[in-house]
Amino acid sequence: MGKVSHVDEKTIAIQMKDIVKKFGDFTANDHINLTVHKGEVHAILGENGAGKSTLMNVLYGLYRPTSGEIFVDGKQVSIDSPKKAIEMGIGMVHQHFMLVPPYTVTENIILGMEPRKGLVVDLKEARKRVQEISERYNMQVDPDAKIEDISVGMQQRAEILKVLYRGADILILDEPTASLTPQEIQELIEIIGHLTADGKSVILITHKLKEIKASADYCTIIRQGKYIRTVKVDEVDEHDLASMMVGRDVEFVVDKKPLTPGDVVLSVKDLHGKDYRDVEILKGLDLTVRRGEIVGLAGVDGNGQTELVEILTGLKKGDSGQVMVNGQDIFNATPREIFDRGITSIPADRQKHGLVLEFSVAENLILQNYGKEPFSKKGILQNKAIMEHAKKLVEKFDVRPAGSETRPAGTLSGGNQQKVIIAREVTNDSDLLIAVNPTRGLDVGAIEFVHRYLVEQRNKNKAVLLVSFELDEIMSLSDRIEVIFDGKITGGMAGKDADENTLGLMMAGGKAHE
Amino acid sequence: MNEKKSIWDSNAVYTFISIIFGFLVGAILLTAAGINAGEAYSKLVTGVFSKPKFIMWAIIYASPLILTGLSVAFSFRTGVFNIGAEGQFVMGSLAACVVGIKLSLPAPLHVLVCILAAMAAGAVWGAIVGLLKVKKGINEVLSYIMFNWIAFYFSNYVVNIPAIHREGGGEATRDIADTARILMPEAIRKATDCQSANWGILLAIIAAVIIWFLINKTTLGYQLRAVGFNRHAAEYGGINANRAMMTAMAISGAMAGLGGAVQLMGMSGRISQFASQEMFGFQGITVALIGASNPIGCIFAGLFYGAMKYGGSKLSLIKTPSEVVDIIMGTIILFIAVSHIFRKLLAGRKKGGN
Repeated sequence: MGKVSHVDEKTIAIQMKDIVKKFGDFTANDHINLTVHKGEVHAILGENGAGKSTLMNVLYGLYRPTSGEIFVDGKQVSIDSPKKAIEMGIGMVHQHFMLVPPYTVTENIILGMEPRKGLVVDLKEARKRVQEISERYNMQVDPDAKIEDISVGMQQRAEILKVLYRGADILILDEPTASLTPQEIQELIEIIGHLTADGKSVILITHKLKEIKASADYCTIIRQGKYIRTVKVDEVDEHDLASMMVGRDVEFVVDKKPLTPGDVVLSVKDLHGKDYRDVEILKGLDLTVRRGEIVGLAGVDGNGQTELVEILTGLKKGDSGQVMVNGQDIFNATPREIFDRGITSIPADRQKHGLVLEFSVAENLILQNYGKEPFSKKGILQNKAIMEHAKKLVEKFDVRPAGSETRPAGTLSGGNQQKVIIAREVTNDSDLLIAVNPTRGLDVGAIEFVHRYLVEQRNKNKAVLLVSFELDEIMSLSDRIEVIFDGKITGGMAGKDADENTLGLMMAGGKAHE
Repeated sequence: MNEKKSIWDSNAVYTFISIIFGFLVGAILLTAAGINAGEAYSKLVTGVFSKPKFIMWAIIYASPLILTGLSVAFSFRTGVFNIGAEGQFVMGSLAACVVGIKLSLPAPLHVLVCILAAMAAGAVWGAIVGLLKVKKGINEVLSYIMFNWIAFYFSNYVVNIPAIHREGGGEATRDIADTARILMPEAIRKATDCQSANWGILLAIIAAVIIWFLINKTTLGYQLRAVGFNRHAAEYGGINANRAMMTAMAISGAMAGLGGAVQLMGMSGRISQFASQEMFGFQGITVALIGASNPIGCIFAGLFYGAMKYGGSKLSLIKTPSEVVDIIMGTIILFIAVSHIFRKLLAGRKKGGN
């Protein structure tokens, strides 16, 4: 990937000393130190909820620190608003973009600081400057394109341009690769290179180890709000980084005991179905999953995986075909009937389908079982039983912060939200568990956790259907891999025989022997 | 540092601040109009509190408002905006009126039948809107508003049916049977010097407690709240979202219908031909907002609105337009709506300060 470092070790751009930030009795940042030089890419690594974003919000003026000092260009400063941060040359690109979709790139960039000519906005001048900046860092952004028409990667560049346009020398990028394709990630890393070559500093908040290795000079590790250490990225490997982040040795490979698959749990035959545009997307799909095996469904997004899972879980009606669970027909049954016959799922979108964010963790943990004893009797909720159940699961599945059963699920970090869902679905202990992208957006510690529970279900002789866009995940977990392409299963192989190239080719519609 | 839950985290504080601001803005406008605000406000207070009779009247005014407030608050909690409480109120009132005139039953039974008829009518009126939403995808706000007018004209039509219409003069129905009234015993009415003193307030409080229990403590409430917050997750969890939504709209309608029954059976005893909407349903929205969509909060908010309405009616005695009450109530709602901004400011200061 050819990382070129532009660090100017003599010039410190930003220094944060002993930053403490408390919310009530919760300490989000506990004496954290950070030094960023001119031209440096500095990664901040930590698990979900470790306090990375809090630290950056302190630097960007969104939070005031409880104690600690901040120096910009050697001078001690107090940053009490984002406006002040921008004046000092600090810019932030948030994980969720703050753009107005029907406006052009230029219009979005000047929003709030429109250059005027008399009473009218001087778009021409602004457009010229946007063009200049874009070319200078080789960003290839069309200043006249509407945000709603351009790709996510391009939108992110518009955000970076916005920050540069406001004169930022220090750019904070919050989880910048979360929604990018591998190609776009590569391009972003190149842009970061151009920025540092020009003397800008970049702070990268992330939990993706590969990207840190590919782009960062230094990495500061934070664990549960505490400063662990700052390392030179060249001197450590991914495994070291992961262990420092989690605080223990991390297993990248999951331990699976050998098992012979048993009876068929799920059998799908000749399934046809339409997508949201009413176009046929499932074109006669066949699939079986047996007890004691994890079947990985590999495929490029948009080949029918989403619709398959929606039909299997009752959220969508299929057109024709046969879906059997343990020999009983569940084709086009309601979600309730399907659940009762023994299918649970970890949904792809945890905030849309998985959780009611306004509900407490305890309430979320009974989402399917609220009407059953002991959680309710004769239509009355049994608060004591619900809380006991929640306490047990929060402890067992290490949902943080501890004792969060009464908190609204929306206040938990993404990884902990996922733990709540896993806790619920695994506890349901159904014959078939369908997991859709179960580790998306999670850090290595949480990923290991999720994988462990999927394998545990298999080892308990249950069936698991894993649908994932992460090939690594599919290959390391699956006993059998099926490839979905254009609404059909186009091939399969044993998990232990799988290699990335063959799978990649099959996912693109090629045949294994080609 | 072990911080206790600050009072600034409580809804009631913001509501209280908003009420103060409402009165301040009202005072400014009164002063601008050349009216002595102090005098007007003292009239408002003495007009409600200076005699037991006045207090009783404020409660009579409050009872139907608590119920329409409850109706709207319940809908808010389940993700629907019941702007149709007005129409459900009218339908409930009308059903109770017809049953109250046409049936002859012994007293307690007659009351019960009238109340059930009113709740059923309100529920059906709300459920039809739900049905249109679920089956045909019609936005409930639109149909609610249209159903308000359908109820309005339907009521005027029924009032003029000869079998219902008053004999002799007056554009109104006959009086309902005494067995269908919910007046308090003669002794209390004499003691308070208020002939219209009725049990409506008791019905309202019982309804509020039942609704509170239903929302928070039952599996039905769990389903309705889940659908209200996140329909997708609810469906994923096996809850039939369409059915839950219709149930919620029917219960909400039943509360407004009960409000109509209370107004009829407690206070008016008959239905007059409408010239304009009576606003009980719309005022319920205000009650729900002041009560923070909490059923118990609605009791207090309804009493407050009832007192303001009754006290306001006396302002004309000192040549002050009673509309000032509407201005105050409107301002309060405005301030409650922006109260989350206060909250953020205060929370930010607290975070920065310690």
